[in-house]
Amino acid sequence: MSDNSLRLVWVYPDLLSTYGDQGNALVVERRARQRGLDVTRIDVRSDQPVPTSGDIYLIGGGEDRPQRLAAERLHRDGGLSRAVGNGAIVFSVCAGYQILGHEFVNDQGQRQAGLGLLDVVSTRGEGERCVGDVLADIDPRLGLPQLTGFENHQGVTHLGPSASAFAKVRMGRGNGTGDGTEGAFNGTVFGTYMHGPVLARNPLIGDLLLKLALDVNALPPADDRWYEALRAERIAAATQQPA
Amino acid sequence: MAGNTEPLSPRAKLAVTAGKAAAAVSRAAGRGSGSVIGGKVALRLDPDLLARLAQHLDVVLVSATNGKTTTTRLIAEALRAAGPVVSNALGANMPAGITSALAGGSDAKFGVIEVDEKYLAGVARDVTPKCIALLNLSRDQLDRAAETRMLAEKWREGLSGSKAVIVANADDPLVVWAASSSQQVVWVAAGQAWKDDAWSCPSCGGVMQRPGDDWFCGQCGFRRPTPTWALTGDHVLDPHGSAWPIHLQLPGRANKANATSSAAVAAVFGVPPQVALERMYQVQAVAGRYDVVSFLGRNLRLLLAKNPAGWLETFSLIDPPPTPVVLSVNARGADGTDTSWLWDVDYTQLAGHPIFVIGDRKLDMAVRLEVAGLDFRVCETLDEAVQSAPPGRIEIIANYTAFQDVRRRVGN
Repeated sequence: MSDNSLRLVWVYPDLLSTYGDQGNALVVERRARQRGLDVTRIDVRSDQPVPTSGDIYLIGGGEDRPQRLAAERLHRDGGLSRAVGNGAIVFSVCAGYQILGHEFVNDQGQRQAGLGLLDVVSTRGEGERCVGDVLADIDPRLGLPQLTGFENHQGVTHLGPSASAFAKVRMGRGNGTGDGTEGAFNGTVFGTYMHGPVLARNPLIGDLLLKLALDVNALPPADDRWYEALRAERIAAATQQPA
Repeated sequence: MAGNTEPLSPRAKLAVTAGKAAAAVSRAAGRGSGSVIGGKVALRLDPDLLARLAQHLDVVLVSATNGKTTTTRLIAEALRAAGPVVSNALGANMPAGITSALAGGSDAKFGVIEVDEKYLAGVARDVTPKCIALLNLSRDQLDRAAETRMLAEKWREGLSGSKAVIVANADDPLVVWAASSSQQVVWVAAGQAWKDDAWSCPSCGGVMQRPGDDWFCGQCGFRRPTPTWALTGDHVLDPHGSAWPIHLQLPGRANKANATSSAAVAAVFGVPPQVALERMYQVQAVAGRYDVVSFLGRNLRLLLAKNPAGWLETFSLIDPPPTPVVLSVNARGADGTDTSWLWDVDYTQLAGHPIFVIGDRKLDMAVRLEVAGLDFRVCETLDEAVQSAPPGRIEIIANYTAFQDVRRRVGN
């Protein structure tokens, strides 16, 4: 953390904020403030430079055309890659997740270069779109409870050797590769296909981002009553839905 | 002009009769108004029926993400000044429902038809409308619907060869993009409070600039067209510069915008704005929306809000605090099964209202409101919420199937 304020950067709301993923920024901001932290939220539009001094960067999902435009502009800008070089934390969803990889397939059906911040390559799936509730087990090294989310994508994301799967799906499709992986992470860069928004369904992932930013092992407890009730309901719903 | 000079062919007549029989069976079975099943049966017997039913009518199509049912009602009322109208007033807005509605109006001169956004291009091909009203486009049911800009693109392609007069909202860049390939467009400054689906230029992808009420693309020159009709406060400004007062029983800015577009449509058929607007006053509740009902000794106003743009307009029309508000959200098939959109709604606008949360997805709403820093109470039923609410008229805001649940419970 730079000074006394946690700098939370919401990347390209004009392009990548279509599926309610700005909820992730709202949840992190709220949970930081509940712990008495001062938070500066910075919304960066795609015609503005991405600041390099942020602590946590959040990127959301978007439609195919805005995804192409976002990848082009993030490339040209270079700020996000520099921030990661400085040790920033990035948490990305769906279209944003694909952009962080080496490559994805854009709205024109062409392979387009991503930022290469995660060792993943995304293609477009042949089959039906993956839509529905997901239940998955997060990599045990992260010390987090089960992942619940809503997926809505056509992407297939293959992990390279330096990326770890963020989770293993029990219900749902995740990365769409058929090997049960969901999302990816490497160091402090995370990607997932989960909406919901994912941090509203999994507030402890939000807390993990805060702990990484503050470099602490624990945070003061928060009142998680409603989150817990929602989690229980959605986990039950994912278990009951037809596979 | 429209007229019933050509009778329906025997095949078309049979199809209409079969459709009516199926609708009667559906109603008797308690499966709703029967308009959709009737239309489905009729269309199967005669696939060209929709085109044939419409050829005797002067047709207006109305499409949008929000406000199409209400606007269809307003236009229908306005055009009744010039002749009998047939309309799918109940909101059955796909080809089967439209067919069924038109089959019931053999003496009509005008057909005023609400069309689902996805079906607009196809229906416009089938019924050769004289006029098409395009109100707004924004995110809605993203788990199953087409992407918003793709929808605008489809409208644009479908309408490019149409001879219809397009009455389009100049304040919605996606609508302008969709309409601007058409030969005859009447631009209406109807406003659009929700802006988050049109930050990138639908034409070139550049970042949209939005100083005040204006908008333009900084890159390609795509910009807001000059409107000939406008909503200004409580008045409709017509192309001659005359201001006509809007008197509606329906609340809110969005309905004034709908009335403005409706006045522009009425003018296409020779109905002057003062006559059109006067007639619109008669529209009260539309399929239960905006209805004030009495329930458990309390007054409830029923408000439908299906997507972020709809919630934003609804917040602007509710009575100020301390008016109690009940929020109800479901995520069944007709609602879209993903609730992520709740996070695109700015619930902090409800600060100061006592808030009660019901519906299938009350826990999603609870987390949403908790993160917004609001006080709220989660209730199991509408009854419990109403009985817990402090005095005063209660505003009920619900999405699609939640709204139907509320209507059923209050006997509306």
